[in-house]
Amino acid sequence: MKLGRVIGTMVASVKADGMEGLKLLIVRPLTADLRDEGDPFVATDASAQAGPGALVTYEASREAALLHAPRFIPVDHAVVGIVDQHAYDPGRGGGS
Amino acid sequence: MILGKVCGTVVSTIEHPFYDGRKQLIVRAIFPDGSFEEDRYVIAVDLVGAGVGETVLVEDEGNSARQLMDAVPNGPVRSVVVGIVDDVTLAGL
Repeated sequence: MKLGRVIGTMVASVKADGMEGLKLLIVRPLTADLRDEGDPFVATDASAQAGPGALVTYEASREAALLHAPRFIPVDHAVVGIVDQHAYDPGRGGGS
Repeated sequence: MILGKVCGTVVSTIEHPFYDGRKQLIVRAIFPDGSFEEDRYVIAVDLVGAGVGETVLVEDEGNSARQLMDAVPNGPVRSVVVGIVDDVTLAGL
């Protein structure tokens, strides 16, 4: 999993079979200390409740599709959860 | 597998049911000498009771991770903390 920020939503009325009703979000990937990292992508919402502005965790590749089990659908990024608390100390224990 | 340092935690209330009750750790990748790889990190599920500041071994591959979660045959998980590293010895070759 990685951290991301939901920066928008997307609507597609024509989708692959099995993707009906899935919410699509535009997510910007973040580094561990919440700096922007790379280009945004479209992800489905496996948490079902994420919206623009939310700090989220997301999973990529096959695991993204598994988040929507028992359906197996052509998805390569999916939001796992909404982050309530993010504790991070970048230098913790570094250089041992 | 990745050698990493636990640098933080992530807590979510609203999340996929698979992750309910599972501790999620922010692990930064490190080189064997202990220095950080720039910006490379992963959020991994903790199976061994690791804490912030510890050097850990992270399995970062989906099939292996799912086998480790044998109670959940098709768990949507890729990264799992599988060990706490006591010591790394470099042969200096």
